[in-house]
Amino acid sequence: MPSFDFNGKTIETDDEGYLQNLDDWNKDIAEYLAKTEGVPLTEKHWKLIDWIRNYFAQFQVAPAIKSLTKEVGKLENIEDKKVANKFLYELFPEGPAKQLAKIAGLPKPTGCV
Amino acid sequence: MAKLKEKYKVPVLDGKISIPKIVPGATAYEHMIEAQKDDMEALGFPAKLQDGWKEKAIGVFKEILDNNKAVRDYMDICVRCGACTDKCQFFLGTADPNNMPVQRQELMRKVYRYYFTPAGFFKNLSNSQELTEEVLKDWFTYFYQCSECRRCSLYCPYGIDTAEVTMAARQIMDSIGVGQKYATEVIHKVFKIGNNIGIPGPALRNTLDDLEEEIKEESGKDVKIPMDEEGAEVLLVPPSADFFAMPHMESLKGYAKVFHKAGISYTVSSYASEAGNFGMFLGSYKNTKEINKRIWDEARRLKVKRVVVGECGHAWRAAYNYSNTMNGPFDFLDSRYKQPMHICEFTLDLIKKGVIKLDPSANDDKVVTFHDSCNIARASRMGDFQGGQFTIPRELIKASANHFVELREGTTRESTYCCGGGGGLLTDEIMNVRIAGAMPRMQTVKEAVDNHGVNFYALICAICKTQFTKIFPIYGFDAEMVGGIHQLVSNAIVM
Repeated sequence: MPSFDFNGKTIETDDEGYLQNLDDWNKDIAEYLAKTEGVPLTEKHWKLIDWIRNYFAQFQVAPAIKSLTKEVGKLENIEDKKVANKFLYELFPEGPAKQLAKIAGLPKPTGCV
Repeated sequence: MAKLKEKYKVPVLDGKISIPKIVPGATAYEHMIEAQKDDMEALGFPAKLQDGWKEKAIGVFKEILDNNKAVRDYMDICVRCGACTDKCQFFLGTADPNNMPVQRQELMRKVYRYYFTPAGFFKNLSNSQELTEEVLKDWFTYFYQCSECRRCSLYCPYGIDTAEVTMAARQIMDSIGVGQKYATEVIHKVFKIGNNIGIPGPALRNTLDDLEEEIKEESGKDVKIPMDEEGAEVLLVPPSADFFAMPHMESLKGYAKVFHKAGISYTVSSYASEAGNFGMFLGSYKNTKEINKRIWDEARRLKVKRVVVGECGHAWRAAYNYSNTMNGPFDFLDSRYKQPMHICEFTLDLIKKGVIKLDPSANDDKVVTFHDSCNIARASRMGDFQGGQFTIPRELIKASANHFVELREGTTRESTYCCGGGGGLLTDEIMNVRIAGAMPRMQTVKEAVDNHGVNFYALICAICKTQFTKIFPIYGFDAEMVGGIHQLVSNAIVM
């Protein structure tokens, strides 16, 4: 199984670098994962990371993209859903569903997504 | 702002679909990620290659030849005429000769000759080949660069269907523990949770609540999306992407509005929350049947009268072609209706009967074109008449929007190109193959945009929607152009 060393600890990942164990995640590892994705984390990213981790803890799955857009609208005071969606892609250019999940230490969303 | 990764090889769009000079081994290094132990075992496959794999593989190969007359014929009847060579979008895009359908089949045929024909003994004369790990590696590479779209079969004078050959090869590989992570993981999730994405019931309800709220905000109407409701008239089975991804969710809003305005009670199910059937991609009869069974078990349990399937290409093939023989008969359902019925036929019928009304001017900002999805176009039917799978979606678009243009002739209806992501290829590790496979279609998209100002690319397949949403920006087009037919219906329906 692929892994990386982090502060003396071996962190297991899947073949695409998503954490294998949810409990391995912490804020430093999030910074590290974000770096591998080429996404410099800002306050705006962190708000979404916290939110999606809570959502996952409650529902055992990442939120639908519309729920994510809705949350962005609330957090950033953006009324227009299209604008909120654009904003999401600015934060996570390779696709918010996958990049946000990865940085937040969640499994990769898979299926027809 | 972070930047897009600049790692992709993107063909230039000049509007031409030309036959490339062959580049042997061009995509030999593009591999699927291997399947995980848990997933393989859940599907009834060995976790990995074990002692005696070769005998086992040849045994399964023989079983296929004995039970599937089509595959046996395909092994024998090819005359190497070459009519298929330039018909595959993966060959056109990658230039790798192993992506010519004839050559892809040859990867299997040479092993067939070795074990199953008298001439196979004379290796050099018959160009036969023992099944070795090296050959297996080629199989794993190239039978996962075929999207089982069947375009080549349309042009083959003998009707050889490479999709069947690909499915047989994948079946043999899975049976000896050589599997692909993406499809096996997805199927395992269906068995564990009910759908490809792994959305449990409470999460699904939460998503549907959000959607109901959005419809209320936009239209002022209380449109419900019921879940697990016993006694509803219709069980609606969409692909799970309709519960999760964009633009898929816009079509789900469309279905909900149609049921609402028609006054037909319906429900989605948290148990049968997936129309898609990746078992078919693996050529696994057992898994295809098991996934399909969930729909009919749930129809019984919820005591519905009808089953309607949402916008998903291969799901429609699996549900329309195989349901009855795999899990029928459906004598517990209302015999006045087709079981299952496609959502496009369902909606168009309501429009024609005057039950619901559409105002196409609601989509006047759009110039719409339609991409036929391969499994609907070439592997199934819709409605009561020949070609219904082509006519019904187009009529529905024209009822929803005033401006419609066709894509280039020779690339529509049964001649449609694959999006480049079907058949279990919709996974990121082979993104370069997906980009290359989309090239022929993207040439015609460029033409439609340049010449006709097309700004809406209508689809009825969850895989197509995801693939094009990803691929359009890579080729320089706006992802927002990509959408479902019921997204147009959703805009146009008079509430």
